[in-house]
Amino acid sequence: MNIFVLIKQVPDTEARIRVSGGSIVQDGIKWIISPYDEIALEEAIRIKQKSGATVTVVSVGPADATSAIRTAYAMGADKGIHVVHPEYTMLDSQSIARALEAVVRAEDVQLILAGRQGSDSDNGQVPLMLATRLGIGLIPFAVEVTVSDGSVRVLSEAEGGRAVYQAALPAVITANAGLNEPRYPNLKGIMDAKKKAIDTRNLLELVPGWESMVEIVAYGDADARPKGKIIEGETAADKARALVQALHEDAKVI
Amino acid sequence: MRILVIAQEKDGALRKSSREAVTVAKKLGAQTDAFVAGTGNAAQEASAYGADTIYLFKTSEYDAEMQSRLIAAKAKEGGYQAVFFAHDWYGRDISARVAALLDTVVLSDATQISVDGDRVAITRPVYSGKAKVQLKSKGPVAVVSLRSNSFTIEESTGKGEIVEISGDGIEPMAKIVEFTPVVTKRVSLADADRVVTGGRGIKEAANYKLIEDLADILGAATGATRAVVDAGWADHALQVGQTGQTVAPNLYMAIGLSGAIQHLAGMSSSKIIVAVNKDPEAPIFGVATYGIVGDLFEVVPPLSDELKKLLG
Repeated sequence: MNIFVLIKQVPDTEARIRVSGGSIVQDGIKWIISPYDEIALEEAIRIKQKSGATVTVVSVGPADATSAIRTAYAMGADKGIHVVHPEYTMLDSQSIARALEAVVRAEDVQLILAGRQGSDSDNGQVPLMLATRLGIGLIPFAVEVTVSDGSVRVLSEAEGGRAVYQAALPAVITANAGLNEPRYPNLKGIMDAKKKAIDTRNLLELVPGWESMVEIVAYGDADARPKGKIIEGETAADKARALVQALHEDAKVI
Repeated sequence: MRILVIAQEKDGALRKSSREAVTVAKKLGAQTDAFVAGTGNAAQEASAYGADTIYLFKTSEYDAEMQSRLIAAKAKEGGYQAVFFAHDWYGRDISARVAALLDTVVLSDATQISVDGDRVAITRPVYSGKAKVQLKSKGPVAVVSLRSNSFTIEESTGKGEIVEISGDGIEPMAKIVEFTPVVTKRVSLADADRVVTGGRGIKEAANYKLIEDLADILGAATGATRAVVDAGWADHALQVGQTGQTVAPNLYMAIGLSGAIQHLAGMSSSKIIVAVNKDPEAPIFGVATYGIVGDLFEVVPPLSDELKKLLG
């Protein structure tokens, strides 16, 4: 079985994001695989270990964004495809999905796994767009995946409860938190990953005449919150009383 | 501008996030129509917020693939310049499929919105709220999703003409075969006006009940930090933060949590934030509207009592 995992290289979730002149300052950022994508990759590796599969990671990004693919190799991915987008922005989900569509159509892929959303854009659009463009099923927010005999059964977090989805392969599944606990790569994996080749593609060739369908006007700092107030009091009960009074009379939220 | 708003029903009424979305479209001065899938009991309600034509797709099953096709077809055929979704579970599941069918992107999770000629401009948080970005739509149709609780609901008058539409009879490729509702008397995190979240400071699973009791007095949803979820003291669905849910309620109570950057990302656009923590240096106090420095086990019981007195 061929499994493709869509991974995105994003700033470490611990990173502070600085904005200068309407753009994100890239200096000093440590780059990681987006956390939900890492869960998707872990699931692919577990399927491979259980029933045999080739795991290929695909990442669309700028020319220097290869560290996520190296980390994926260290975790256990077999192949890595890096689609270089000369004018990459995390928000241009349409051209990313179109590039992935071109990559997938040229291969014999049975299962596509991806995180439910990138931790940078929080968009969660690309896997849905890819499945729609390919005309295959999509199962969102997976917390349990069972692959058997050309089909997949997935337990998913849904609004107001949990849904079990059934789909024939090929299908796209997005990983939710709780699906698994991703492994840490070991030293040998990290060393071997450095030597592995990466299959580099050019988005301009995959999607001739591509056009971004979103205009980015400017990035800005998050809105600052008004300065808060520490509630003082002799005892915990005094503080509790003063807080309830402030919520009721000043903030008027209760 | 003509806007098609995608609304969802819940328990025979329009979802709060859907009422917000219809209000926003109407207030932008657009000719506002709506698409509602479900029993139809709530469809008429969309006119009370400004919807003129309400396309009703009567169905007892949730099929995102078919809804996406119906919405995309209606958007094209009706010549809509924008399609609005609420950025809730349904909006996340359907909007990107519709955008793919319309060859565009979703301007997602908007917290501010305006119209500039025939283009839609939004502001939205990125990096889970650590920064924001202003975006403008390109192309003939803008697909937009609106962050819940970021827009007020206002009543208005729309014609409210119901036009029933039928499905296309195509079976979904990924089909829901079982659904188990989570039975809770509490409001869901996505819909909540008030949220009470417990952090590592609660010390053990049994103490999560303190959080639940406080939430129940307030009619609030309960939340949890990653540490609490990882420890197995609360369900994954309750996690607030960068790898959980992003919430922006009117009142957010952070109990016994320090405020890791990933957690702050998921809740710092809440209107009023209350923090209770022993450590005066905890980062949560940096975003809190009101802070109590103290042991949660000493503060929460009298706090619950005071709230009970006030709220009955």
